[in-house]
Amino acid sequence: MKTHRNHANYWAFVLHRVSGLALLLFLPAHFYVLALAVEEAATLDMFLSWTEAPVVKLLETGLVILLAAHMTGGLRILAIEFLAWRDWQKSVVAITGGLSLAAGLIFLLNAG
Amino acid sequence: MSNDTLTVEIWRGREEGEFQTFQVPRMASQTVLDIVTYVQRNLDPGLSYRFACRVGVCGSCAMTVNGKPRWTCRTHVDKVAGDGTLRIQPLKNLPVIRDLAVDMTEFFQKWTRAQAHFVPTATRGDDFAQVSPDDPRRKEASAGIECINCGVCYSACDTVAWLGDYLGPAALNRAWTLVNDERDGGQAARLKAIAGAGGCQSCHSHQSCFELCPKHLNPTAAIAGLKRATVKAALKGEI
Ligand code: HEM
Ligand code: SF4
Ligand code: SF4
Ligand code: FES
Repeated sequence: MKTHRNHANYWAFVLHRVSGLALLLFLPAHFYVLALAVEEAATLDMFLSWTEAPVVKLLETGLVILLAAHMTGGLRILAIEFLAWRDWQKSVVAITGGLSLAAGLIFLLNAG
Repeated sequence: MSNDTLTVEIWRGREEGEFQTFQVPRMASQTVLDIVTYVQRNLDPGLSYRFACRVGVCGSCAMTVNGKPRWTCRTHVDKVAGDGTLRIQPLKNLPVIRDLAVDMTEFFQKWTRAQAHFVPTATRGDDFAQVSPDDPRRKEASAGIECINCGVCYSACDTVAWLGDYLGPAALNRAWTLVNDERDGGQAARLKAIAGAGGCQSCHSHQSCFELCPKHLNPTAAIAGLKRATVKAALKGEI
């Protein structure tokens, strides 16, 4: 069923919320792992060797894309709120999506 | 016309209710309002719905048509019933009185809460105010002034659904036209009313309101203007 939600800017909002919540879950884990560098070098090394696995690399790529999507999407929203209105909002959504995927691709290419 | 009848599902009841199916003859240039009127005049006189002008001026005929809010008198069946069926429901985000008629009280109370009315400063002794059509504020006001109070944007806004308190796109759009009206004397009270809880800062810029407004107004841009205006006023200590 078609609904009032089925348009580019609404999907961009959904992505922004999902990526924001994902960041909220990811960051504490990220800081915990960084803290290991100081406290428990051996555990960190074990974790780092785990991250060498290809499937983990793929998951990390997803994370990079979500991070990039939240950042570009956040800048898009701030532009709506603080700059003059532009009529090409759908193109802006497409650009933020493209930049996020590009960020993921660059990460993946450097990961191999 | 290849199909000479159309299967139409219409909501019957209040919040609790069910769809009733009707077969309605197809006609050239038929609107969704024509369909509803046909059902009421020929198939079931008990069907409740609202309309007045039939030409997109009064704003009373909005309903949810195949999932999206629309002004039914200016919505052609051809445009929305691509798969040969039509499902007609009352507007979302407003209490249903009966069938397709919703209670608009809350919608208009929010206009009052947003101070979305003109506060005159001149007296009858004064000359007419001269506002140049090229004035940037005049242009902002003109862009939003043609609202017909149909409630389509309000019904499409998820923030209204999630946050019952939210003033909504129509009231805020109207407030923005007044913020740009140099003759108006109610600015501080208005900015205060829309800066608080349920005000312009609650908008998530989904743009569903802009997407569906039948008059092609842009409440999202108006609300962005209000966000800037309220922040500026708060920083200056005016509100
Ligand atoms: C990279 C820089 C960032 C920018 C430019 C940014 C921008 C924004 C903006 C503008 C919003 C408001 C969205 C709206 O009105 O719907 C937002 C929401 C949010 N942000 Fe970020 N943010 C950033 C980083 C982060 C980080 C690091 C986190 C995690 C701690 C995060 C978590 C969230 C969450 C949970 C929301 C709420 C989403 C929602 O209301 O739908 N953000 N962000
Ligand atoms: S842009 Fe703002 S007012 Fe319009 S639908 Fe989204 S939340 Fe509602
Ligand atoms: S802004 Fe558009 S959709 Fe909203 S009430 Fe006015 S005319 Fe209807
Ligand atoms: S009946 Fe007046 S706008 Fe549709």
